[in-house]
Amino acid sequence: MCRLSAITAETYFSPMENIHALDTMKEGHDGSGLGLVLRDLGGEFEGLKRYPVLSGICSHEGMERVDDYMSRRGFTEVFSWEPEIDPDFTPETGLRDHYCAKVYDYPREAKRLPKREKEDLLMQVRLELRAMGESDESIFVFSFYPDVITLKEVGDPMAVARYFNLERSGLEARTIFAQGRQNTNYAIYLYACHPFFIQGYCTMTNGENTAFVPIREFLGGRGFPGYTGYNSDSEVFTHILHYVHRQLGYPLRYYKDVITPLKAEEMEKRRDREALLLLKRSLRPLCIDGPNCVIGFIPDGTTFMVQDAKKLRPGVVGGYPGKYALMSEECGLDRAIPDRDRSRDFSPMKYDMAVVTPRAKEMKVWNQLSA
Amino acid sequence: MEPAERVDQNYELSLKEFPYIVRWRDDRCTRCGRCTAVCPVSAIEPTVQVQRTVTSEGTAPKPAAQRRLVHVVRQVRDIDRYCTGCGTCTLVCPNTAIEPEYNPQHKFLFHKNRGGAAYRRGGRRNDPQPSTVDQLKFVRISMLTDPALDAGRHEFRIRTYLGRNLPAEKLPLEVKRGRLARDEEAFIPPVREIYPIRIGSMSVGALSPHMWEGLAMGVAYLNEVEGMPVVMCTGEGGIPPRLLKSRFAKYFILQIASGYFGWDEIVHAIPEMTEDPAGIEIKYGQGAKPGDGGLLMAYKVLKLIARIRGVPEYVDLASPPTHQTKYSIEEAIAKMIQSMSMAWGFRVPVYPKISGTTTAQAVLNNAVRNPYAAALCIDGEDGGTGAAYNVSMDKMGHPIASNIRDCYLDLVKQGKQNELPLIAAGGMGKNGSLAANAAAMIMLGASAVDSGKYIMQATAQCFGDEYNRCNLCNTGRCPRGITTQDPRLYRRLDPDMVAERLVEVFKAADMELRKIFAPMGRSTELPIGMSDGLGCANREIAERLKIKHVV
Repeated sequence: MCRLSAITAETYFSPMENIHALDTMKEGHDGSGLGLVLRDLGGEFEGLKRYPVLSGICSHEGMERVDDYMSRRGFTEVFSWEPEIDPDFTPETGLRDHYCAKVYDYPREAKRLPKREKEDLLMQVRLELRAMGESDESIFVFSFYPDVITLKEVGDPMAVARYFNLERSGLEARTIFAQGRQNTNYAIYLYACHPFFIQGYCTMTNGENTAFVPIREFLGGRGFPGYTGYNSDSEVFTHILHYVHRQLGYPLRYYKDVITPLKAEEMEKRRDREALLLLKRSLRPLCIDGPNCVIGFIPDGTTFMVQDAKKLRPGVVGGYPGKYALMSEECGLDRAIPDRDRSRDFSPMKYDMAVVTPRAKEMKVWNQLSA
Repeated sequence: MEPAERVDQNYELSLKEFPYIVRWRDDRCTRCGRCTAVCPVSAIEPTVQVQRTVTSEGTAPKPAAQRRLVHVVRQVRDIDRYCTGCGTCTLVCPNTAIEPEYNPQHKFLFHKNRGGAAYRRGGRRNDPQPSTVDQLKFVRISMLTDPALDAGRHEFRIRTYLGRNLPAEKLPLEVKRGRLARDEEAFIPPVREIYPIRIGSMSVGALSPHMWEGLAMGVAYLNEVEGMPVVMCTGEGGIPPRLLKSRFAKYFILQIASGYFGWDEIVHAIPEMTEDPAGIEIKYGQGAKPGDGGLLMAYKVLKLIARIRGVPEYVDLASPPTHQTKYSIEEAIAKMIQSMSMAWGFRVPVYPKISGTTTAQAVLNNAVRNPYAAALCIDGEDGGTGAAYNVSMDKMGHPIASNIRDCYLDLVKQGKQNELPLIAAGGMGKNGSLAANAAAMIMLGASAVDSGKYIMQATAQCFGDEYNRCNLCNTGRCPRGITTQDPRLYRRLDPDMVAERLVEVFKAADMELRKIFAPMGRSTELPIGMSDGLGCANREIAERLKIKHVV
């Protein structure tokens, strides 16, 4: 089962904090991969927040194609970052030519577009780049969005972190998600590695998604070009979040109501029961049966943890105003925030959604049964 | 030696031509006469035979021949009185002296067309082979990657929706103070939460009063005591007005078919109804007799049935093959569905039922575009009936599995698989595996299934099987009292026992569904379209249904 390590804080911190937490949870992952998503970037990226960052892996030839394509689309490179690779370490998948986080300025005609249209443009670019390099694996693109960097590689998280030289990279952010992958169903493949990201929405999950096929088919029928990929059965959790919050415009708490709908009699206590009943029917294929713990963030920086309604993968949230960690194991939380008040740790159960507000101001627990 | 003139009597069939040969044991028979009295087709009759016995007695015996008359039970060789193999004779025999035996070499269909009349019967398609649905296995068993649920201890919610679910994008919702609120004025199509196995359409005229009463009682008990929202379709011809006006009406789906029988009475009862029905089914076709309308033979149209249907007694009630008010598919769907919806103030789901056919997707796409169509029910070739031409039953129709699968995948392409529920009928539980068949169809894309024959066999011990056993439903002489209006016959059936068995059947099926869903990790919603959990050893079936090929 994958191990999950999310930290959100008021001040910038290094992704090594997540990696060290993952390392304490090592019994739970087999070192088949590390995924990192950083949002609200500090360091060299702090002054570049309004520019989209293209994160991915390319061969030399792939990088040339990316540069050529981006130039044709009118994007101008503002800044480029590559990790300092440890030459003594070779990933299982072989040496890569480039790991990149390239910051671009928008094409002139796109600069004044509304935010949603800009997001759609960025996603379209990401999908086209992915399609260009997917067959020969010359280009992997994980995210293309302002103030977000994604790093992924196959291998043990600590080893990969050393390989990327993250300790001295200067890379830092206010919200960082890291996942230590336990490969089960699928061949090790970078696009199957959590966390998944789409237009400011990100989730990582542990456990198998038993309802994957009908959910994938439902999302595929929404007519939204970004609902594609699905090399992992957990990618649908990110897309459900995006669909419910961005596309349908529902408040975040309804994500929980969609993936684990209440029974009709349980809805009676809710003031919005009529709306809930309609949601339950119309979004029936998006119901999950677990076992899953989902940790995610949305564009405003709110971070959350939810469980499926029955089998409840482990998950715990703890910290203090200014810094919270959302972990799949208590030991990971101890490593990430040792000086917290442990009595205030919270493990969400079937009806709960633990929400940490932007910049880790506070942790709120919302219960589905409450009015 | 028989006299020579007996040999060339070609008007007479040999017993070898008959589908069932009655084995009668002289040594066991007490000549009580029960078998011949009870036989629904008079296939056996008491008669006398001359027996010649030779005895030799004494010290210098001299054989002596004796002739005496003995009473025997004999199978007649009249094709119109063929033994149907129902076995009622065996059931009543106090001494196990008589039993019909299936004759696999029979030539029944070569002869059952006397007078130029094509063979008509009740029952089902006579195909004893395992159906496609029976060959599907549930191959996704979670153990370690995903802990399986416990069918006995975990909470399961086996429910489905009958009615049209609006796409989320069109829900009349808005965010007010951080919560979703519904626009009270906006129209929301009616949706019922029901149990995913329904009792398929069997009319009051086709079934006996005791059978119908038993099923209705069982349905009410399942709903009100067991908390299982099982619904039952009335079939064509209406239901007794007292039931229609009762609080139990909500457990029934009223069917309107091309003969409109019973609908004058229903329409007049609407103002006095206290509950809305569960739904309205518009029957355009039936799996057992595609292309034919309903048929109720005159000898079943007794006083009660005539009153309910609004027709004279003892006349054949043959519904036309199509709705006569229909001009085009668009108009049929629009006019019928909206008329029926309007009759109940748009509070009741209204949907069409068609027979399995290669044109199902055309109907589906029409229904999808009609915002008032609540579902589409497809009745496959294994559907049963009270009366139909044998050729229709045996040779016409479309298997349900690929029909439903194609329709579901068509909906998936359009992103509408959750909007219009598909209901699969025809052959559910054909070989006794009701829950497994239902689960397989659900995983292929159905939202619910209908079962009729299995229910009759399991709750009222219907004799019928895939070897043309009994199948007398059309004659009004059902030996079990299930499909007859003759009080002497239906008194054989205890409605309380039917109700009790129905409850047992559904409770058992519910546990079996849990057993199937639990290791797949599904408990909150049905695994509709979860085709990755299905496998089949037959490669052609697997490829056609787009499921795993497993050997």
